[in-house]
Amino acid sequence: MLVKQLSVFMENRPGRLYKLTHALGKEGIDFVTLSIADTKDFGIVRFIARDNERAYEILKNEGFTVGITELIGVEVADRPNALAEVVSLMEESDINIEYLYSFVLTNHNSAKILMRVNDTERAVDLLTKKGIKLLSEKIL
Amino acid sequence: MTRKSKVKDYIYQPEYECLSRSEMEALQSERLKKTVKLVYENCAPYRAKMDAAKLTPADIKSVADLHKLPFTVKHDLREAYPFGFYSAPQRDMVEIHASSGTTGKLTVVGYTQNDIDVWSEVAARSLAMTGVTKDSIVHVAYGYGLFTGGLGAHYGAQKIGASTVPASAGNTIRQLTLLRDFGATHLCCTPSYAIFLGTEIQKAGMNIDDFSLVGGAFGAEPWTYQMRDELERLLHIDALDIYGLSEISGPGVAMECMEKSGSHVQEDHFIPEIIDPVTLEPLPFGSEGELVFTTITKTGQPLIRYRTRDLCTLTAGRCACGRTTVKMSKVKGRSDDMLIIRGVNVFPSQIEAAIMNVSGVSPHYMIYVDRINNLDVMEIDIELAGDLAPDKVSDVESIKKKVETEVNSYIGVSAKIKLCESGSIQRSEGKAVRVIDRRG
Repeated sequence: MLVKQLSVFMENRPGRLYKLTHALGKEGIDFVTLSIADTKDFGIVRFIARDNERAYEILKNEGFTVGITELIGVEVADRPNALAEVVSLMEESDINIEYLYSFVLTNHNSAKILMRVNDTERAVDLLTKKGIKLLSEKIL
Repeated sequence: MTRKSKVKDYIYQPEYECLSRSEMEALQSERLKKTVKLVYENCAPYRAKMDAAKLTPADIKSVADLHKLPFTVKHDLREAYPFGFYSAPQRDMVEIHASSGTTGKLTVVGYTQNDIDVWSEVAARSLAMTGVTKDSIVHVAYGYGLFTGGLGAHYGAQKIGASTVPASAGNTIRQLTLLRDFGATHLCCTPSYAIFLGTEIQKAGMNIDDFSLVGGAFGAEPWTYQMRDELERLLHIDALDIYGLSEISGPGVAMECMEKSGSHVQEDHFIPEIIDPVTLEPLPFGSEGELVFTTITKTGQPLIRYRTRDLCTLTAGRCACGRTTVKMSKVKGRSDDMLIIRGVNVFPSQIEAAIMNVSGVSPHYMIYVDRINNLDVMEIDIELAGDLAPDKVSDVESIKKKVETEVNSYIGVSAKIKLCESGSIQRSEGKAVRVIDRRG
């Protein structure tokens, strides 16, 4: 019940993101999500594609420093405090969220949250027990 | 490394490589006297130098008198451009090489047939250390041309009678295809290019298991033991260090045996000395200093006490491989490429050794030195290892921190570390340029 995400190490200079997106775009790879963690010198581009395995192969062949990570994905109602409820659940159990991003699909009334935590197994357990809907890649 | 060695080191000329110290000195003395007489009588700059030092060939009776002779430096050779250092007539020269300097004129070296024979012999001895026999296939990916790398390895392989593939430098895919399809057993090129080839195998959709490589001789630039580990891991070979400089002969002046702990100097042809680069006084075995060579068998352009600028140590004694020739350590730096950063002497090789202690980075790096607000600032750009898959910023930050700490503790000067994408630092197919000093 985990969601695969690709992470790419990238120097923080003009043209790099284009190279990545173009490498995938010209091969017909569609992005589902994309976010960037940036520092002064470098960034880590994290994204989910419609076809992660192929995206990984393409980037590896083009010489990118790329890896696959598994994230927890949950679906919550698109209303105030929904995110806070999930976050507090982790906090109460002393699970650290290493990073998180969320998005809302306009034709749904739900929001999707993707996060990496320091104890995936326990987090999944907690969320399941609380009846929170976990995402798999197909749902995306 | 626990891997069994693939290479069978053998002694090509035990009659010269296994002499006792007194036998070697007797041979050297006889050859030195001849050489001094030859240069005094045939090479105007040497006659002038010796006259100025009030020396005649008769004053040099044995190797013990070597220290009386004046030094030769690269500048002398440039002054005499192009052929002023010849000790033989032009018509006796069969080959001319030249090495480029970063500034000014080329350094020219003329070879008689005798000199080519000497060079071939020492190159053959060297390749024998990496197990090259008549049955071997030697792929030479050094540049062929004025640079001595290509032809030196070529002559050595030819002397042994191995099949030689004169691939020369460049065109990586073709190199890999030839290496694999011809079943090369040995590779000769610069260590940085060999590592590059190793990392390109997978990208080219090839598999190292389809190659037949067992060993190789790598040189023309200083490299570290950590780079050796990397190279051996990538190419599944025993990687040995070959040392040479065109002024003295070319690759093969010294070569590492399978003990992998220093390179045997072919001292029946080239007498090595270590001197203090500041006082110019000779130093005893075991001391670190500048390496100096006197050629004692060459006839075209013999050199007396030529200062290499390479810093290393010499050790005497019988090696476990059976050879008795003097061994030189890896070159630890150059007396002229030493960087002085905030008053501290820094050698690029030290930085490299520090970097290679950290996992997660590749051996590809570039050092930049700037002066900002009258302060020396060093930045080191290093590629992340290609197989790394960082997902968190902290993964990368911790590697960066480790490199910073390692560099600082090795050289005592802090450097700004910038981690770069794999493949982003310029690869060289000849000597790697690793330092850019922009202080003007």
